[in-house]
Parts: sequence; structure tokens; C-alpha cells
Amino acid sequence: MKIVVCVKYVPDAQGERTFNASDNTTDRTGVDGLLSELDEYAVEEALKIVEASEGEVVVLTMGPEDAEQAIRKSLQMGAHSGVHILDDALHGSDAPATSLVLAKAIEKINADGQADLVITGMASTDGTMSVVPAMLAERLGLPQVTMASEVKLEDGSVTIRRDGDVSTETITAPVPALVSVTDQINEPRYPSFKGIMAAKKKPVQTWSLADLGVDAGEVGLDAAWTKVDSFAQRPPRQQGEIVTDEGDGGQKLVEFLVSRKFV
Amino acid sequence: MAEVLVLVDHVDGAVRKTTNELLTLARRLGEPSAVFIGDGYDAAADTLGRFGAQKVYKIAGADVEGYLVAPKAEVLAQLVERTQPAAVLIGSSAEGKEIAARLAIKTNSGLITDAVDVQPGEGGPQTTQSVFAGGFTVQAYVSKGTPIITVKPNSASPEEAPASPAVEDVDVTISDAAKSARIVETKPREKTGRPDLNEAAIVVSGGRGTSGDFSPVEAFADALGAAVGASRAAVDAGWYPHSNQVGQTGKQVSPQLYVAAGISGAIQHRAGMQTSKTIVAINKDSEAPIFELVDFGVVGDLFQVLPQATEKIIQTKG
Ligand SMILES: Cc1cc2nc3c(=O)[nH]c(=O)nc-3n(C[C@H](O)[C@H](O)[C@H](O)COP(=O)(O)OP(=O)(O)OC[C@H]3O[C@@H](n4cnc5c(N)ncnc54)[C@H](O)[C@@H]3O)c2cc1C
Ligand SMILES: Nc1ncnc2c1ncn2[C@@H]1O[C@H](COP(=O)(O)O)[C@@H](O)[C@H]1O
Repeated sequence: MKIVVCVKYVPDAQGERTFNASDNTTDRTGVDGLLSELDEYAVEEALKIVEASEGEVVVLTMGPEDAEQAIRKSLQMGAHSGVHILDDALHGSDAPATSLVLAKAIEKINADGQADLVITGMASTDGTMSVVPAMLAERLGLPQVTMASEVKLEDGSVTIRRDGDVSTETITAPVPALVSVTDQINEPRYPSFKGIMAAKKKPVQTWSLADLGVDAGEVGLDAAWTKVDSFAQRPPRQQGEIVTDEGDGGQKLVEFLVSRKFV
Repeated sequence: MAEVLVLVDHVDGAVRKTTNELLTLARRLGEPSAVFIGDGYDAAADTLGRFGAQKVYKIAGADVEGYLVAPKAEVLAQLVERTQPAAVLIGSSAEGKEIAARLAIKTNSGLITDAVDVQPGEGGPQTTQSVFAGGFTVQAYVSKGTPIITVKPNSASPEEAPASPAVEDVDVTISDAAKSARIVETKPREKTGRPDLNEAAIVVSGGRGTSGDFSPVEAFADALGAAVGASRAAVDAGWYPHSNQVGQTGKQVSPQLYVAAGISGAIQHRAGMQTSKTIVAINKDSEAPIFELVDFGVVGDLFQVLPQATEKIIQTKG
């Protein structure tokens, strides 16, 4: 069993996230970064699967120098090796470009042994587009079994539970397949002291676009298929009236609702 | 005028309100053509015409149903190729975004997700998005291929513009690869009789402060005709279904009125409700961050405040 997990290094949601005024991209310098919390679920699920049988987990990230921290954290949790796609030309890449680079990287990883599963998070906590997994499936020609809140592997097929808007679905596909997991699926582990020590010796490869055979003109801000015209900070909501309940809080609430014609 | 393809979101022909919103937005950009995939068209015909569909592309058959998203993306790709539309509009559900994602790659087209507004612009549709938990708004456009835009529910008020669409049965060929992920079982969600969380004009949510007792939240919601939501803390504790979770990893709602009861207002919760028009909170703790967002707040115990308010609403309505 070989599993590739795509993990993203993102600005901390608790920090003041903002944009670079010069080129309208997400500012990744002003705020501390970390392994996207939603990708911890992907790492955890991969670890559970290989622990139940045997195999290896390769974590893959595309991002700036610091993104190696996302790999490091995954290795501390128990992943076996990491691949970091690092290239100045990648700055400002959109989802199609990101999926192109990740797909090429996965193909290269497959060259020394086809991965049975590619696992991703449900969304990155900064962009939250939830599109890279479907794009990866499209580019790699893999069956797409996404938004899994439960994953089962047996006899060359993967079966997931997907909690949709109007129903819960059970979906089956042959492996190799692409799986994305929700935050309902498991409880990601914390790295143990042993895990932290062991991670120091685990191999991390750094590949450039040239290593993947991707032309720099296909990625980055200028090649993006969408353009941001402008961004604006939403004026903070003006705090309205706050009352303290002195036995009449419910009535005051209804008076407010009546004044706004909700009742 | 160029066509604008609108993917119809429906359950056995019952068209969801988001589709009416998309048809309304599509009329700003060109002539709406509804793409209806699956069974039950007869039930949908009237609604699609009423909201201005000039054309309907109808794709029935076992080849598209029973599989996850990939066949739908193939259908749309074939229609995009044929009709060269001014844009493709799809609802911003998990499924909608995945269909859009695959379509973007198939047609070498730029994709904008979670738009809250779409306007005609010089070089094509201009979109507005709300990012970083609602802290910023972004104006963007697609610079390559056919603009593919997913639009959040409640981004436009549906306006009727009756038309009699020309209906075309479309034959499509779906690749075997697209049929590799099969839906082997579907369990419809239990009906609560309350409005759908995405579509509701009013949402009342409960959090850890309910201590597991959602009855005052539900009674208050029912008095207002509202949908019921929950924080992740309440969902993780098993008090309310995950399908009702509001926030980053749940539903992102944008109702006229959002009421948060016993919810502290963590950034991930805000990400799902901050664009609501009016926000009200009830919380014991006057320091709770949710109060920073509210138009009206009550510092108090939800078990006192909500039942009193419910009773008063019932009285007022007579
Ligand atoms: C990756 C990630 C994704 C997440 N996604 C989501 C998401 O989609 N949605 C979401 O909601 N959260 C999400 N969270 C969790 C989020 O960070 C918070 O933990 C969660 O929102 C807290 O829920 P809460 O406000 O109900 O609980 P708490 O933060 O514990 O707040 C409970 C509040 O209830 C008040 N209270 C207690 N008793 C009463 C009473 N009797 N009357 C009135 N008030 C009372 C308290 O004063 C307190 O403010 C996510 C977290 C992560 C890391
Ligand atoms: N730069 C990246 N490097 C590695 N994985 C990524 C990257 N961007 C997105 N992903 C993966 O795709 C998932 C969904 O991302 P998104 O479509 O950006 O919301 C994430 O949870 C990751 O698993």
C-alpha cells in the first residue's frame, strides 16, 4: 500500500490574514503559517490505512520555502517521506496551475511504484475553494471519491460515505483512486516525542518545475486563468445594541425583531 | 445575445431555489439556457420557464445518474463546446464546485467559486467573492476560456421573467472513466418540516451553550419559520446532525436574519454566517466574540431568553 497525501501550508486563520497590495495575492509573509488543519485529517486517515495493513505514506506539498513545515508536521505524525515542490515561478498560482503541478508530481512519485490512493483535505483553510481534489482526479484520470466522512478499503476497491445536502451516499470505486476527506472522518493525532525525533531523519525531496517537466509559463500569477481586479477590507460590522437580561431579555429581543419586521 | 448555461439543481425534478437565483443572474449576462440532468423534468418545466430559461437542454438516462460528478462535468463540457456560452453558472454546493472544477480543466477555462454577486463587465462577467471568513471582498473575472462561476445560495433574489423555453433532448456520450465512481446507496435525509438551511430567510443556531438541549432553539426557530443550525461544538457532541453545521466546514449561510444562541463566535463559525444581513446573539458571556458582529445582542441565559421570546412572538402574531 502506497498513499500520497497532498498537504498545504497556509496562513494561520487566527492571525490577521490579508492580501499583498502589489499583486492582489494572499499575503504569506505577515502571518505565521501552519499545516492546514483540514489536511491533518487526510494525513491521519492515510496513517490509519497503512497501519491497518502495511505500506508507506508520502506527503506532497507545493509552496514557498516555509511550506516544508507542513511536511515536517506530517512526518512527525508518522508519514514516511515528503516531497516539496518549490519554485519561485509558482507564486500566485491558481487552482488549475496548482492541480497541474501536483498531478505532475504525483506522476513522478508513481514512477517508483504506483500509489494506491491519493488523499487530500476537503478544502484549504485559506482559499477554501474545494476544487483541487476534483481537478486532480480529472488530470490524473483517477476515480474521484471526495468529501468522505468514512473510508473503507477492501479487495482493490475503496468505499466512502459522503454526507450531501439532501442525502447520505455510499460511493465505490476501484483503486487507484483519489479521495478527499472531511473533518468528520477521524481525530488527527498529535505528534509524539518519538515521532518528532524520528521525523528529523525522514527523507524530504525538493523538486523544481524543471524536475517535473512543467513550463514556468504555465504557472504563477501571470498564467492564472482568473484575475483579481481589486480587494477591499469589509468595514467591520458596527456593533449594535447589547442588552443585559434582567428578566425582560426575551421581550426586548422580540421588540428588536418587530422593529426590523422579522415578526 | 450569447447563451448562459445554468446547471439545474434539483431532486427528482423539484428545482431548488438556488437555480432560480442563477437564472435571474444569468439574465444579466445573456440568454439563460437551463441544463437539466436526470429524471423528473416534467415537474421542473414550469419553474425553469417562469424564471426565464429561453432554452432547456435535457439529459436523461442512466449514464449520468448513479455516478459522482464526473459524468455531469462531461455533459457540460460537451455543451460548452457546442454553444460557446458567455458563462456557465453552477450553484456553490460541494457537488457544484466539483463539477465546475472538472469542467474548468476539461475546457481550459478559468473558474471562480463562491461568488456572492455577478455583474456584466467589459471583458465578461465580474464577480464578487467574500474571503477570509468574510473579512474581505474580492472583485475578479475569468481571463481564460469560458467563465465558469459557482454562486452561493441567497446571492440574488429570484425574479420571475416568464418564458417558454425550447426544449432539446441532448444525446451525450459518457466515458467509462467518468463512471468509475459509482453511487451504490442513497439515504435521503430525514425531513424535519423546517426550511432548508441554505435557502431559509431566517436561521437560528445553537451551540455548546445549549448543553445538548436544542428544544428552546427549535421552538424559537419554529415561531419565526426559521431553519435550525448548529456550531461544530454542538455537532461534535452529537447533539445535532452534521448536515446542520454552520461554518467553514459546514454550510455557509447568508440569510436575512441569523440568530446565534450559546455560540461563542469562533473564526470558523463566523466564516459560515458573517455575511448574514442581520445578526442577533444570545450569550451568557458579555465578552463572547460573537457580540462584535451583532446588530442586537442579549447577555443572558438562552434557557430564559429564548422561551420568553418564543412566547412573545406567538402572542404578537396572535
Ligand atoms: C479546521 C476547523 C474547522 C472548523 N469548522 C467549524 C465550523 O464549520 N463551524 C463551527 O461552528 N465551528 C468550527 N470549528 C470550531 C470552532 O473553532 C469552535 O470550536 C466552535 O465554533 C465552538 O462552538 P461553540 O461556539 O458552540 O462553543 P464554545 O466556543 O464553547 O461557546 C459556547 C458559548 O455558549 C455560551 N453559553 C454557555 N451556556 C449558555 C447559556 N445557558 N446561555 C447562553 N449562552 C451560553 C458560552 O458563554 C460560550 O460563549 C472549526 C475548527 C477547526 C480547527
Ligand atoms: N499547494 C498545495 N500543495 C499541496 N496540496 C494542496 C495544495 N493546494 C491544495 N491542496 C490540496 O487540495 C485540497 C483542497 O484545496 P483547495 O481546492 O485549495 O480548497 C487541500 O486540502 C490539499 O489537500
